[in-house]
Amino acid sequence: MTGYLRLEGLTKRWAHTTTVGPVTLDIARGEILGLLGPSGSGKTTVLRLLAGFESPDAGRAVVDGEDVTGLSPARRRFGMVFQHYALFPHLDVGENVAFGLRTDGRTRAEVDGKVAEVLALVDLAGFERRRVQDLSGGQQQRVALARALAPEPRVLLLDEPLSNLDPTLRERTRRELRAVIARVGITTVFVTHEQEEAFDLADRIALLEAGRLAQVGTADELYERPADLFAATFVGRANVLRGATARALGARDGQVAIVRPEAFRFGDDGLAGIVRTRRYTGPAASYVVELDGGTAAEVLAAPDAARPGDRVHLAAARVLTFPEDG
Amino acid sequence: MTRRRVQLVSLALVALLGWLVVYPILLVVGAAADGPALYTFITQPGERAALWASVWISLASVALAAAIGVPLAFLFEWLEFPGRKTLGALVALPVVLPPLVGVIAFLFLYGEAGFLARAVQGVLGLERAPWRLQGAGAILLVHAYSLYVYFYLFTRAGLARLDGSMLEAAHALGAGRWATLRRVIVPLLRPALAGAALLTFMTALGSFSAPYVFGGGFRMMPTQIVASKLNGNDALAMVETVALASLALIGLAVLRRAEGDLPLAALGKGAAPRRRPLRSTATRALATTAGWVLAVVLLLPHLTLVLVSLVPFGTWTTEPWPPVLNADNYRRVFSELERLRPLVNSLWMAAATTIVAVGLALAAGWAAVRHRVAWRRVIEALVALPWALPGTVFAIALATAFGVHRPLALRWVLVGTAVILPLGLLVRGLPLTGRALLAGFRQLDPALEEAAASLGAGGWRTLWRVVLPQLRPALMAGASLAFIAALGDFVTSIVLYTYETRPISIEILSSLRLNETGVAAAFGVVVMGVSAVALGVGARR
Repeated sequence: MTGYLRLEGLTKRWAHTTTVGPVTLDIARGEILGLLGPSGSGKTTVLRLLAGFESPDAGRAVVDGEDVTGLSPARRRFGMVFQHYALFPHLDVGENVAFGLRTDGRTRAEVDGKVAEVLALVDLAGFERRRVQDLSGGQQQRVALARALAPEPRVLLLDEPLSNLDPTLRERTRRELRAVIARVGITTVFVTHEQEEAFDLADRIALLEAGRLAQVGTADELYERPADLFAATFVGRANVLRGATARALGARDGQVAIVRPEAFRFGDDGLAGIVRTRRYTGPAASYVVELDGGTAAEVLAAPDAARPGDRVHLAAARVLTFPEDG
Repeated sequence: MTRRRVQLVSLALVALLGWLVVYPILLVVGAAADGPALYTFITQPGERAALWASVWISLASVALAAAIGVPLAFLFEWLEFPGRKTLGALVALPVVLPPLVGVIAFLFLYGEAGFLARAVQGVLGLERAPWRLQGAGAILLVHAYSLYVYFYLFTRAGLARLDGSMLEAAHALGAGRWATLRRVIVPLLRPALAGAALLTFMTALGSFSAPYVFGGGFRMMPTQIVASKLNGNDALAMVETVALASLALIGLAVLRRAEGDLPLAALGKGAAPRRRPLRSTATRALATTAGWVLAVVLLLPHLTLVLVSLVPFGTWTTEPWPPVLNADNYRRVFSELERLRPLVNSLWMAAATTIVAVGLALAAGWAAVRHRVAWRRVIEALVALPWALPGTVFAIALATAFGVHRPLALRWVLVGTAVILPLGLLVRGLPLTGRALLAGFRQLDPALEEAAASLGAGGWRTLWRVVLPQLRPALMAGASLAFIAALGDFVTSIVLYTYETRPISIEILSSLRLNETGVAAAFGVVVMGVSAVALGVGARR
């Protein structure tokens, strides 16, 4: 497959021997790719390399067959939504959205029409003359999105698009964001450190760790078939079991065993231990079981499956094994 | 403290400030309503010329100061090159050069007997000095040199507050470097630029030393006023004073409007744009050279002053470079009682007026901000007013108000006593300490005082242990500015000094008249050094 947006061995070296990349990715037209990783993993650097705010030390970025590596950000025709939105405080909503339209020889009426159209797209019709300072956080986020989309960019880049919103607002905004992207059908790359956000928004996820690409795949693939120990523990909850306990689950010497909490079942045989705590979460309960030997294991099971203090046995439905050193 | 006592204290404060700040001005306005003097002012072409000169010189000073200060700010804030930090700090140095000291430094450097003229004369083998430093051009040169600092500091601060992602957003939306400058950076810097323009305009309008020393026949309002006063034409001086004050208030109103009331603070908490390290060797060399050359040119007057202060009396005649350099002048300044006196005078007057100005500002902040008394706006306006009017105006006003004995009108003869000059310096220092401490009081968290009270601390203990320590940075900043202003003052001094209270600036002037340039320069260096130390202390956190 030859993607619409291609990153070919993109590499950035910082002064203190930290390196991001080489990152090679193929992104299809209209696809939404999430760059997921802990802070310092280089995900923002990859986004900024794409936008052109950083220049790579090696590799190239190609859009629709055109090498854009040497192009300035102003000439890439990429739209970007910044983490703190970077709305111009001296311009009103309409002027902010029109900012990228002024340069390409449209008439005043065409500009106004486009601004109204894009504002309607993000459900802010009629907001043209509002001051950006007077908007709520969610509205500011949508103005930033409208401003990035107005010049009809080839690629949309989002830097932690939801991190600036309070949690109650985040889920709704995420839904709206997904709807707008789907309607425009634009190829999108976004950065997040939250797995839930990546799972919900992305068609595919690129997982980064310490500047290297750990795994690329759909949410299911990342969760079900993690490529390494990092991927297994960063994405989703995981019990990491070592030594005799791991061997009891079928791991070989020098291997760790990974069991997801929902893959454990209370049964008549298997790993023996005592239930220490039980936390009710609605459809299920989360138990912490202290295994013989001292390791604590997290188990997700039916709310009435066990009580604290019970002596139990745990059987694992599915065990992943990885070499001890990542 | 009870509500009633707060009211009484703030009432006393309003009365005191009104008596000191507003009353003398009102007396001048009253005295200016004098038929013959008004007629003279309107009909004499010299008067109109001085008024017009004040306007256009001030506007041209703003333009020139901006032309130097703004590019300098971009150079030092945005590019990374060797020596950037040190040079960037040095370039702000004219701030510690009191106007008169700056003027004599210019005289020694660019004047007809200065280094540059001598060098040109020597190279070209001329009979006489190649130029005279006089008139409007000389005044503008001094203004541009000493006032660019406002644009430099304000623009740098504005650039440092700029959100880097704002610029990236403009780039991502297709705006090139110039479009970003025009459409994003300049609008965002507007408050900073307008603030600098306001400060530059007001300072240029009130500038006295440069037109006094370099003006010759070219008069601006402040020198015109002092000339009328010294010629004994008091009534005309009043009319001129009112004209200058009106001009200042008009300028203030216009530029305040330009500042705008829209808070342009960034919405997010974005970081300032990263400094651009210059990759290409050629551009880096160019930026470095430009930075160094500019810094040297701008610091040359300071260096000249130091050099001239080392030239003993009568040893330097026609040589391009002084043949003898030693510390003779400093020995004379510090050992001859007659010369030590002005130094001591200036130091004690600056210290005393600063302490009183800080005390009044604390009272004003305490009443207006902490207790929000009914007349808080009046208090704030009274504290700020002396800043809005040129120094000459207040000097004349005080001389008018306290030149007669009418106790029932709250007027006593203070002119000719040792009290009047410190009083004048106090009025000049009040807005400096007031502005700083009012801002300081606004930043206080009232919860801290409540916490102190809940821990059993009484009013005085809370003030001493909680309030004052938090106000310390504002207090130090305001005090150091007031101290420096009083130490280097010339305009208030020349109207109000007596022989007992003659300050350094007057002594510098008389040394110059006696051709004792070395001693004058030594005084200048001392003032510069003490001011720099005071500024350093004031800037400590």
